[in-house]
Formats: sequence, structure tokens, C-alpha cells
Amino acid sequence: MSSLYRNSFAAIALLALICGCDRDKQEPRGNPLGETIPIAASPDTIFPGGKTPPSLDPRAAAYEQNAYAIAQGQQLFTWMNCAGCHSHGGGGMGPALMDGKWRYGGRIDQIAASIANGRPNGMPSWRGKLTNQQIWQLAAYVRTLSGQVRKDAVGARGDTMSNSPPQTETVRKPVTQADSAQ
Amino acid sequence: MSARVLRDGPNFTGPKLESALTLAWSRPRGLIGWLASVDHKEIGVRYIVTALIFLALAGAMALHMRLQLMVPDNTLMNAELFNESFTMHGTTMMFLFAVPVMQGVQIYLTPLMVGTRNMAFPRLTAFSYYMYLAGGLFLWGCHFLGFGPDNGWFSYVPLAGPQYGIGKRADVWAQTVTFTEVAALAVAVTLTATILKQRAPGMTLARVPLFVWATLVTSLMVIFSMPAVALDSALLLSDRLVGTQFFNPAEHGDALLWQHMFWFFGHPEVYIIFLPATGFISEIVTTFSRRSMFGYPIVVLSLVATGILAFGLWVHHMFATGLPRVGYSFYTAASMSVSIPTGLQIYCWIATIWQGRPKFEVPLLYVIAFFFTFVIGGLSGVIIAAVPLDLQLHDTYFIVAHFHYVLIGGSVFPLLGAITYWYPKLTGRMMSEGLGRVSFWMVFLGFQLAFFPMHISGLLGMPRRVYTYPAGMGLELPNMLSTIGAFVVGLAVVLFVLNLIISFAGEEAGDNPWDAPSLEWATSSPPPEYNFAHIPAVESRTPLWDDRTSLPVVYGLKVESPELLLTTFVSASTETREPSAMPSIWPFVSAIAVSVMFVGSVFSPWAIPFGIVPVGIALTAWFWPKKSEPSEEAVIA
Amino acid sequence: MNMSGFQTALGGDALESSNFLSLFAVFMAVCTIMYLLVIGALLIGMWRGRTPGGELTVESGRHHESTPAFRTALIGWTALILVGLTALTIASFFTDRSNASVARDPGLTLKVTANQWWWDVEYTTHDASKMIRTANEIHLPVGVPAEITLQASDVIHSLWIPNLAGKQDLIPGRVTDMQLLPRKIGTYRGQCAEFCGIQHAHMALDVTVESKADFEKWVAAQQRVAFAPTTPLQLAGYHYVTTRECSACHAITGTPAGGTVGPDLTHFASRRSIGAGTLPMNTGNLYGWIADPQSQKPGNHMPTIGLEPADLHAIVAYLETLK
Repeated sequence: MSSLYRNSFAAIALLALICGCDRDKQEPRGNPLGETIPIAASPDTIFPGGKTPPSLDPRAAAYEQNAYAIAQGQQLFTWMNCAGCHSHGGGGMGPALMDGKWRYGGRIDQIAASIANGRPNGMPSWRGKLTNQQIWQLAAYVRTLSGQVRKDAVGARGDTMSNSPPQTETVRKPVTQADSAQ
Repeated sequence: MSARVLRDGPNFTGPKLESALTLAWSRPRGLIGWLASVDHKEIGVRYIVTALIFLALAGAMALHMRLQLMVPDNTLMNAELFNESFTMHGTTMMFLFAVPVMQGVQIYLTPLMVGTRNMAFPRLTAFSYYMYLAGGLFLWGCHFLGFGPDNGWFSYVPLAGPQYGIGKRADVWAQTVTFTEVAALAVAVTLTATILKQRAPGMTLARVPLFVWATLVTSLMVIFSMPAVALDSALLLSDRLVGTQFFNPAEHGDALLWQHMFWFFGHPEVYIIFLPATGFISEIVTTFSRRSMFGYPIVVLSLVATGILAFGLWVHHMFATGLPRVGYSFYTAASMSVSIPTGLQIYCWIATIWQGRPKFEVPLLYVIAFFFTFVIGGLSGVIIAAVPLDLQLHDTYFIVAHFHYVLIGGSVFPLLGAITYWYPKLTGRMMSEGLGRVSFWMVFLGFQLAFFPMHISGLLGMPRRVYTYPAGMGLELPNMLSTIGAFVVGLAVVLFVLNLIISFAGEEAGDNPWDAPSLEWATSSPPPEYNFAHIPAVESRTPLWDDRTSLPVVYGLKVESPELLLTTFVSASTETREPSAMPSIWPFVSAIAVSVMFVGSVFSPWAIPFGIVPVGIALTAWFWPKKSEPSEEAVIA
Repeated sequence: MNMSGFQTALGGDALESSNFLSLFAVFMAVCTIMYLLVIGALLIGMWRGRTPGGELTVESGRHHESTPAFRTALIGWTALILVGLTALTIASFFTDRSNASVARDPGLTLKVTANQWWWDVEYTTHDASKMIRTANEIHLPVGVPAEITLQASDVIHSLWIPNLAGKQDLIPGRVTDMQLLPRKIGTYRGQCAEFCGIQHAHMALDVTVESKADFEKWVAAQQRVAFAPTTPLQLAGYHYVTTRECSACHAITGTPAGGTVGPDLTHFASRRSIGAGTLPMNTGNLYGWIADPQSQKPGNHMPTIGLEPADLHAIVAYLETLK
């Protein structure tokens, strides 16, 4: 029994170590002429005729797995006063970001679309106010609020007043379609 | 004496005794036997070799940084790489080289110098080496995989905290500290027990060699200071992994708590690195001045005083943090006063040389280099102990100059001298004299060229930990000189290591090539597995100088199984006999289990409850009591 | 050695830094004497050992003996060290008191907040309408004691203006302070002196010590709102800056741009450097910085936008009016 535990933990640790390269890479310059990953055209996850939505661009998925992008997103969340409407994920004037309920889609490219385009009833449009790279970083951070992201890429807490359980312990909420903001 | 249990005696001596003892004290051949070794000499050599490899790695980092800083606005290294480099350089030098190499030499020499056959806890010593190696491999492995730490060797919060310490880099640093602290604590415990209980009969505290005194004081300092940094790094890991608030000012935590706990360890740490070197100096000065140490009680009391005072200085690393100025004055006075015991030791060493007839062999040359270099570092330390001066000089290259002067001048030069001095004992060969002198002059003069200009660049406004600096501040010349000097030092170290290697085929050394007075020279070079055929007894501080014909010995230890003689604490009169541990694979297995738990806990807290299970199993196997037959000997009440 | 540098502890251009020079000289004198004594004794000891006969060595069987003079000299040596260290400690104490005396009656109050990797500077007065906010620069009137309140918004930094004074850390969650009494008119440079992340090396600030009259002129200029754009290019730049990415982080008083994340730009063009001392202020560097700040100061928080050339020209033209 002991060797099984040892082996499995060794394997997990090894994997985590090896996958560390992408997690810890810092690319502050990003794509200097603008990030070109397409934001989602549609907020829907259901398509007519049983079709599936276009698969996620791997560069978009890379944002979610990169600790630097998530940390920058966390800073931007404070700087752009997202908490003014969304609190620290609990919602207020704006919908909650920590539950799994998304009116306009909960995949990272759909969240990026919501941030860039704005949404009815008060979500401002940030296209032209933030660079595309910053929008993707924010989207990556928002994804962590409902626990969607690998736990070794998130910071457990900010250096702020405690406003949520530690991010490294956040239980992953299944992403579902919501009919309303409630 | 029972006829059933074989013990050494006046009638059982010579080659028959030696082959029986070899059988009892040697370990099985092969890989498993190598991993299961509990021989302090083997473990000591492993520590020293591993530490020298880490010295080379950290030195390479330094040379790379010096190339970057050679000219202003250089683009050889980007900021990220430079920040990782100075972090790896500092962390490796402090945690993976300086303390382990000193402990390695202590592990090798202490049983030989006190006249016993092994350490008090041989398996713990073996375990500590594997933990040290695992910590070093973990740190460097993560560095090569691209997520090594990059926040400095001291890893201040909030920069290393959960928000600004992005990714797993700071966790790697914190866990490396845990590995190395466990290893260092284990060695300190076993050294203390060995020195206090296993000295040769007649080796009263007043006759203990000065290197052993230094080892004792250092080990006690390790025991009191290392838990502070182990706890500090554990609190950091906890903040980063599960979101505790220890260092979060917004939730009544404190960023300065990190600094207090770190420097409470950090200041004694530098004396932990320095005091063993004073032990080296004492031994080398004694042997090469051809006389016993002048003022032996003063040197001992200085060691103890330094060890105690070192715990009251730590705030001098925090003079710029805005703590109350009145409190700072206390630390200025304490920091100044710690130089008094060292000043007394220096007096005693010079008085010994003066009254003796010094032979300027390579080890004594390194001691001379120590005087020229360390005293500059100590005096620059007196300068920065004053708050108004430190507020200008803190976090500048003046400090970099200061601590390299005291660490390299005060510890590395004596270490190089010590390696040259004890190499014949370890290997049975002499190091090359010519190459030794060449590498000595190169390292001594290269060091001055590399680090003296840093006093100037600090005064001229160059802060620490900057990957580049602008032109026009007058920093070009000092930095260029430092870079050239650094490469001279690098070459000198390469030559020294070359000397170590080629001297395996060097001139053969006898038991006591330097005609030195201490007990380790009373056995063959290299010593047999059992160290001494008969346990020696001593009647003075310089046993081999006072008993020129043969040492008195004690008889009665078992020959067919490992056994040690325990003596009393102060007067070292014989007390009892104690079996010594046999070779065992469980220290290695335990170290693997603990390492897996530690590495796993960097990524998930579940590694601790799950990982503790194999640790528990391995420790249980380790401590499982051995069945022993009832003794057939009469019990003496 | 460049004694007349703009970022040197040997400058002595204020009370505290000139106290440093005096105290440093005292310490250097005492320490040099002690060093020469130790080395002198060592060299004599090494030389004495070369003469054979009468030595107290194992060869002569007298290796445990020692000359009584050494015991006496030891007492003298200990006394010398004690006297020396006490004198130095007392000198240090009195210097500390002199430095602290600046705090008694400050004529000027400032607040500096350190961020990763720039300095937010506010001049506070009792009249809120006369407050100034600038970034990466400090102006001080000569001969007037200044009290600077120090705070940090993210990690630990350290404000160090070596020509004027020693350094003081800026620690999140704590308020520290620094007092300056500048004595010589000139331009100096300060730098962050506590490792604060990837661009710690490029976190400097420009310090100007000037006459009281010049200082009042500067204050008056700072209290003005930003100049309005005049040419069409400047107008286009104004339009971009106040409605696009720039205004998300930067503030320009008198315009709709009200971001609080990055440095205040109201009088940006009057500063001596860009990017907290990274680049000297001139048109070429301005182009380089705005076009691609990440190539000049990689890892800092100002993103590279990927501007169109026309926008770049317009922005630079507008920013250069912000004197």
C-alpha cells in the first residue's frame, strides 16, 4: 500500500512539476500588435441542429493555465473596479461570478466577449479601454472565481481584506446556462 | 571480562583485532550497502562533495551576473533571468553550500577528534544527508524546469506572498528551506550528543580541541535558530497554499513578521557559517605555529559569547523598516559588542603565531589571508552597525562587499585551508604544494579585486539586486574590476578542485604528516572504518605532542559488533558502553517518503495527510527494536 | 571617484547626508587604525617566528608556556576595543539625534506611495484645492525641512535619495516617514532600494532642490489644470488619450481622463524622465515608450497596445503639451 501511495504521489508531483513550465511562464509583452485570439462570437452553448460550439482556441486555454495571466487579471479586477458591481465574485448590481451560472456563456472566450462587448443592463464595453491581452487576463481570473482553473496556478488569496474562501480551495462549480441574473 | 563476548584488551591487539573490527564496522558492498551506510566518514565526504558541486553551480550564477553587470545598461540577461540568478546564487550558497559543507567537515572530524568510533545517531546523520540532497535536487530541478524562485534568498513578503509571488516559485524556495533545515537540525543534534557524551576518557571540557568547541557552539546555535526559519517558511507556504493571513496586513497580519522571524534565524546563520571556520583557524594555527593555543579559555569563552550574542542582533537587518529608533540603539550596541569576542580570538591566534615558530605551508597561508580579509569585513560590519550609516548603506553594494568579505574571508578561506590540511587524513595523499600556492594567491588577490570595488559602488549609489544600472554614475569602473576579479576567483576555485582530483595520485602521507597534536592524527590516513583500534585516553589539550611514544588507551569495547564508549559530560570519565547502529536502508527510505510529502505539499495540502502514511511506515521500520539475547556477562551494579 | 554625482552617498547635499559623511569619516578613521594594528601585529608575529631559539614550541618542549607580557597586552587590547566601540556608539547616537532634529518643525509635507514600479507623490496642504499630485519626481525648497509620509500599495519598497538622506522602507499596512533638510540646490536621483519585483532596477525618481522662489513657481504650475490642445494633431491625441486605453489607468486634471491606477500625467512633459527614471524625457524616448513600454521596461504594468502610427503621432503630440 505504501508503495502505491508513494508511486501515485510521485507521479502527480512529477506531472505537476513538469507542467510547471507553462504555469509559471511570464509573457508581459504578449502579442505586441494585439492579442489575436478570437473572442467568442456567440454566448450560447446550444446550437441548432445539435451542433457543438467551435472548440476553444488552445491559446485561450493557455491563459487559464498561466499563473501570471491570472495574477494580472486579479490586479486588473481591482484596478478597473469590477468589484463595484460584482463584489469579489458574490455579485451585487452585477451578477455573481463565483457561481456556475452564466447568462452569456462561461467559457473563457465567452467571458472575454462579455468583457469586450459589454452586456445589457450595465456591463460596460471594455474594447478600446483595455488591450485584448488584458481582457483575456481578466477572463482567466474570472474563471478562477468559480473554481474552473487548475489549483496550482491560482493565488490562495489577495493581500486584501478576506472576501472569499481561499482560491486554492474553491470547489469547481459546473458551468450552466442561466436564464436571468438571479 | 567474559570469555563469551569478545572485547579488545592488552592481549587482543594488532592485525587480528583490526580485521575483526573491520568486519564489525564495515557495511555491505554494492548499491544498497552504499545507500545504507552509517559511517560518519563516508557521510561527511558525501556532504563535502555535494556542497562543492553546489558551490560550483552557485558560482556559475555569480559569474553570469557579473558579466551582465560588467557594463551599464547591458542586455546579456533580462530582468527575469537575473532575478532568478541572484535568488539561486544566494539560496544555494547559504542553504546548500555554506552550512552543509561546514557540517560535513564537522561530521567527518568530530568523532575522530574526540576519540570515538562513530556519531551518536548514525542513521539520523545518514537521513540528514539524503534530505539535504533531496532539497538541493528539488531547488535546482525546479530551476531548470523554469520555475525556480526569483524573490531573493530571503524571500520577503508581500513580494513572495500569494498575490505578488506568482506561480509556484516562492513555494519551491520555502520548501527547499524546509528540507535543508530538517537536515541541518538533524546533524546539529547528533553532533551535540556526540561531543557531550562520547569524548575519549580524560578529555575534559578544558581539553576539548577548539574545532570541537566551535562545532558544539555552532550545533547549539543551529538548534535554537533553524526552527525560526522553518516555521517562517511553513507560515508562508500556509498563506500561499490555503490562504491563511499571517502576512496579510489587511487582516491583522504583518509583513514585518516575516522579516523578524527570518532574521532571527538569519543572523545566527552567518555565525553558524563563521564559527566552524574559527575552529579551523585554531587547529591550523596550533599545528603550524608548533605550540598550543595561547589563551585557550578565552577562545572557548569567545566562541560561547559569540554564539549567545548572535541571537540579539537581528534587527540590524531591519534598520530601514521604521521601527522605533530607541529600540534600534540597543541593536547598534549589541552589533558592536559581538565584535569583542571575535577581537579576542584574533588576539589569541596572533599571540600563538608570535610565540611559536610558524611554518608557512598552504593551510597557514589561508589563515593569513583570513586575517587580511575577514578583519576588513568585520570592520565594515562595525560601520553598518551604526544606524545613521546603515540607512545610507543598507541594500547597496557596500553590504554585498561586507558580507562577502566576512563569509569568503572568514569562512571560505579557512575552509580551503582546512581542506588542504585534512586532505591527507581523508585520502592518505598530500595535495600538490605548487598548485596549492598558485590557487591560493589567485583566490586571495582575485577576491580583493572582485569585492573591494563594491564598497565604492555602494557608496556611489548602486543598490542591490538590480539587473542593470545607468551610465554616468561612476559605477562603470568598479563593476568592471569586480567582474574581472570574479573570473580570477572562479579560475582559482577550478584550480583548487583540480588539485583535489589530481592529488589522489599525489605524494603519500603518513598518519601525521603535519606533526599535529590532535587525536585524528593518531590513526591511519585514511582512517579505518572503526577509527581507532583502541579508544585513546587523553591527558592534555595536545595529546600527540605530550605522549610522543604512544597514547594511553582504554580496553573493553566489543569487537564483533559496533559498540561505543560513553563518558561523562564535564570530566569525561568512563560511564557506560552503548551499541552503535548498524548500516540500515531505512534512513534512505524515510528520506524518500518525507521528500515526496514535502514536494507534494507544494502543490496540494492533501499531500500531508496522504504523505505522512509512508513516512510513518518507514520510521516504524527504522525504529523497530532489535531482538537481542540476554547478556551472558555479569551485570555490574 | 565621482563625488559630484547625482545619486551618491558621498554627496552630502542635505543635513542627514552630510551627517553621514562626518560619521563615516570618524568610523573609517577608527576602523583603519584598528585594522593596521591587527595586521601590524600579525606581520610582526610572522616575522618574529622566523628567528630560531627561545621559541615556545613543541620542538623545544615548551609549547604550553607563554610570555606574561601577552596576558597584560590582552587586557590592553580588550580595553582598547571597548573604548573604541563605546566612542563609536556614542558618535552614532549623537548623529542620530541630529538627524531626528529635522522632524521638529517641518515646513513642507509630502506623501509618497510606492507602487510596482513607480512613485506616487502628493503634496498635502490644509487646503484641499491646492493639493498637487505628480509621479516619479519630488521638488524641494532648499533649507526647508520636509516631512515625507511613506506608504506602499503592494509590496515593500524603499525610498533612497543618497545625496540627501538615508533610506526608509515603504511597507504595505504600515506608515513610515522620512525627514529631509536639503542644503544645496541641484538635481538628484533617488532609487528604490528594496527588491520589489521584476523591474526593481528601473524604479527611480528625479529630485530637484531649488530656491524657495523657484519652488513656489513649480507649485503654482502644478496646481494648474492641463493645457488644452491647440493643433489638430494634439486634439486627435487628446481625444485618444481621454477616451481610449490611456484613461483607464491615467489621470489628467481638467480632462475626462480620471484613472487612478497609473501615474498622474497632468504635467508629464515637465518631468525629467519617463517610466520612473527608465528613460530621459525627450521626443524620441516618448515615442518608444508609448509605442512599446514592454520593450523598455519588460514586465511593468503599462501594456503594449499596438497603436496605429497616426494615433501614436497624435498621442505624443498631445503629451508633449502637458508641461
